[in-house]
Amino acid sequence: MARYTFRLNGRSVSADSWDPAQPLLYVLRNQFGLHGVKFGCGLGQCGSCTVLMDGRAVRSCSTPVERVAGRAITTIEGLGTAGKPHRLQEAFTAEQAAQCGYCTAGMIMTAAAFLAQTAHPTLDQTKQALAGNLCRCGTHTRILRAVTRAARA
Amino acid sequence: MTPSTLSRRDILKAGGALIVSFSCDGLLPRFARSQTSRTTDAGKPLDPSEVDSFLAIHADGTVTVYTGKVDVGTGLRVAVAQMAGEELGIAAERINVIDGDTGLCPDQGGTGGSTGLTRGGADVRQAAATARQALLALAATRLNRPASELTIVDGEIHPLAGGSGVRIGTLIGDRRLSLKVDSKAPLREPAKYAVVGKSIPRPDVPGKCRGQHVYVHDFTLPGMLHARVIRPSCPGATLVSVDESSVGALPEVRVVRVADFLAVVSKDEWAAVRAAGMLKATWTNGRPLPESRELERWTRSAPTERDQAVVTRGDAVAALENGATKHAATYFWPFQSHASLGPCCAVADIKGDGGTIWSSSQGTHGMRGSMSKVFGLSPDKVRVVFLDGSGSYGTNGGDHAAADAVLLSKTLGQPVRVQWTRQDEHGWDPKGPQQLLDVRAALDAGGRIVAWDTQMWLPNQAPGARALLAADAARLTQDHGQGAGAIAQNGDPPYQADNVRVLVHWVKETPLQLSNLRAPGKIANVFAVESFTDELAAAARIDPVEFRQTRLTDPRALDVLAKTAQAFGWRPRPSPNPQARQGNLLVGRGIAYMRYKQAENYIAMAMEVGVDSATGRVQVRRVVCAHDCGLVVNPDALTNQIEGCIVQTLSRTLHEEVTLDRSRVTSVDWASYPILRFPEAPAVEVILINRPDQPLLGAGEAATTPVAAALANAVFDATGVRLRRVPFTAERVKTALAGGSTV
Repeated sequence: MARYTFRLNGRSVSADSWDPAQPLLYVLRNQFGLHGVKFGCGLGQCGSCTVLMDGRAVRSCSTPVERVAGRAITTIEGLGTAGKPHRLQEAFTAEQAAQCGYCTAGMIMTAAAFLAQTAHPTLDQTKQALAGNLCRCGTHTRILRAVTRAARA
Repeated sequence: MTPSTLSRRDILKAGGALIVSFSCDGLLPRFARSQTSRTTDAGKPLDPSEVDSFLAIHADGTVTVYTGKVDVGTGLRVAVAQMAGEELGIAAERINVIDGDTGLCPDQGGTGGSTGLTRGGADVRQAAATARQALLALAATRLNRPASELTIVDGEIHPLAGGSGVRIGTLIGDRRLSLKVDSKAPLREPAKYAVVGKSIPRPDVPGKCRGQHVYVHDFTLPGMLHARVIRPSCPGATLVSVDESSVGALPEVRVVRVADFLAVVSKDEWAAVRAAGMLKATWTNGRPLPESRELERWTRSAPTERDQAVVTRGDAVAALENGATKHAATYFWPFQSHASLGPCCAVADIKGDGGTIWSSSQGTHGMRGSMSKVFGLSPDKVRVVFLDGSGSYGTNGGDHAAADAVLLSKTLGQPVRVQWTRQDEHGWDPKGPQQLLDVRAALDAGGRIVAWDTQMWLPNQAPGARALLAADAARLTQDHGQGAGAIAQNGDPPYQADNVRVLVHWVKETPLQLSNLRAPGKIANVFAVESFTDELAAAARIDPVEFRQTRLTDPRALDVLAKTAQAFGWRPRPSPNPQARQGNLLVGRGIAYMRYKQAENYIAMAMEVGVDSATGRVQVRRVVCAHDCGLVVNPDALTNQIEGCIVQTLSRTLHEEVTLDRSRVTSVDWASYPILRFPEAPAVEVILINRPDQPLLGAGEAATTPVAAALANAVFDATGVRLRRVPFTAERVKTALAGGSTV
């Protein structure tokens, strides 16, 4: 059983795994109880499991835990709090940009990485940035409004 | 915890167990208490004739509402809270809704067919109206005033003329009302509504945006095992042998085999995932399946159980002979998947002949009965607790996942969590059926529709419960019903036509297991009827809106058409568009109208599309939809549903087809079963027509039904080419534009 040390939502943590290839997704959900990270496909196709690694959006379902050692991971739980939500969390709530909400955390994490790089995106840029995240309920128009709103906040 | 900020998911349902889950947010353990900690919950009645079955008024003035209908991301909870709050005279924010827990909620039937509010909400409303009368009577004694001179505002009963009052929590606080629901208890007048009709934000959304909302996928129990089920290589295959040594190197993995049911379990979820991938098993061949490209022909030629005329007005067959102009066309809709974004999940803790199942099923009460029957449990000892799932849009694989969990937990004597894989979800969820429609019509010299004949080939609806995959694999006795919902509706035109027949050829067998998929059958039927209507209009060189308007008389139908045309900026002219070319694109617009089930919502929808003639790619630029579902309970939550109906059905129409080879489903992930992505998302404008004087109608699915036709009609307007087979993939459109077959 190897131990992997990394920063998680601003704190230094260690995770134990018998398999260096274990995806970060399972470590976050089962060792740290961070259930905002969702299993969607395990294939890197849908974006529900998106987290930030050193500020970049990555798919935790296809990121081996050994690659995380020494990095900084941020999940939806670390993006904001109930008292002080991130501007994207506020904007998604204000626009009611969720139906089932299963994709929401991944959307917000992808958008957070995007807005950090592109402060004033066009609608087309936002659409392209979210192209790898799937929403099955068809909440696209609201999600786009929410990201646009957050960018202006 | 103040009730007004109490999220439903703070009350994590644990069937009496206290769950402590670790949250990194603040590094404090998050306590989630059982629902049964409310004193009013213990031993509460479930009989739908009792007011206490539906609601409890607490000493702090908050209210708990219990409903057997469930919120599958549709906003049902807030809408039900509004309907109850209106009658009780309290804010919806002070009402906590508990849904779908068979131990706490009355059985109001499954959540389907858009009955969440029309039945679920209406039952709660009547119970709340009964409670209101009882509260007023109690207050009359307390305040020494006649009940008729009292009212309830913000949870306080006071004289209409003013003066001091008494809070409802003080009056009844956590005690039972012990009343029968009075079906004659007066309802609040719509003109005086203060809670219904407001866009109250959904209570689940903030938690969903912070990763705190609890889904069934997130539920854990002490000592719980993680399971992955290994499905047969193809439907109907049986298990020949398993080589357990193939997973021997993995830590703490156990292989479970019950006849042809095969699974791996482990305390470590990743070990179970690895084991499922590594386990060597040999299967027999399954039953042969028709390949996708053969499916239309197969459907037309397959043996039928019976023919049934579901609509007969006049003699359409005879009248078809007599028309001046005749038209005929064939439309085809493929198998489609619910394709939930989160693969199905369930947890079961079975001890002896009872236990608890945590599931996102849209029919938890039905599940209690079916699981008990199939797995030999006592229904009165089984509790099914609803927890949110990923959107299901009908009966997805959730019931199968629950059966997997029940079988494993029963076999192992431990709590088991079953998580389906992406491949399980796409490959094994029960599908929406393929649908084949032949439509014929005859018009007289004046353009009057003298005959309309729709023939549909649909899978037979055999009675009985849908067979559970796990139970079949374990060779348990069970029903093998075949139901996909009310799939034969909306096959007749909503327009004036002298003679109409809709004839269903019920096909005996289905290649794949079926179930209700959002607006069952009706999307394809309206696709055929409204595409064909457009074909008639184009042949007559009449503007498609005008063609419809002149054949409708119902003012509500005319209203949605007029409002859609106006908001869209519709300029009357026949299709196709004489000035379609804009650079590389061919641009056009289309319209469709329908009345849901010919008895419910009125919806019209217009679309503008650009078709890239070089690639065949269809880009929907904007959609305008006028929607009349009677009384509107929560305008924003309703708009959210309608937007979702539109975008999801665009996805189904543009991209989605379950593909088969001769032995199995081959569309098993998001690459082989693509859905609409953000770059394709159109602008959507929804116009709600609120009719507070009319009964409310369910609206979770109706707006899906005109989408495919409006899109096909817009593509025809842009290109002059008629698409009659879904999905409108770029490749298929390109072929059609080149003059090839559209099939």
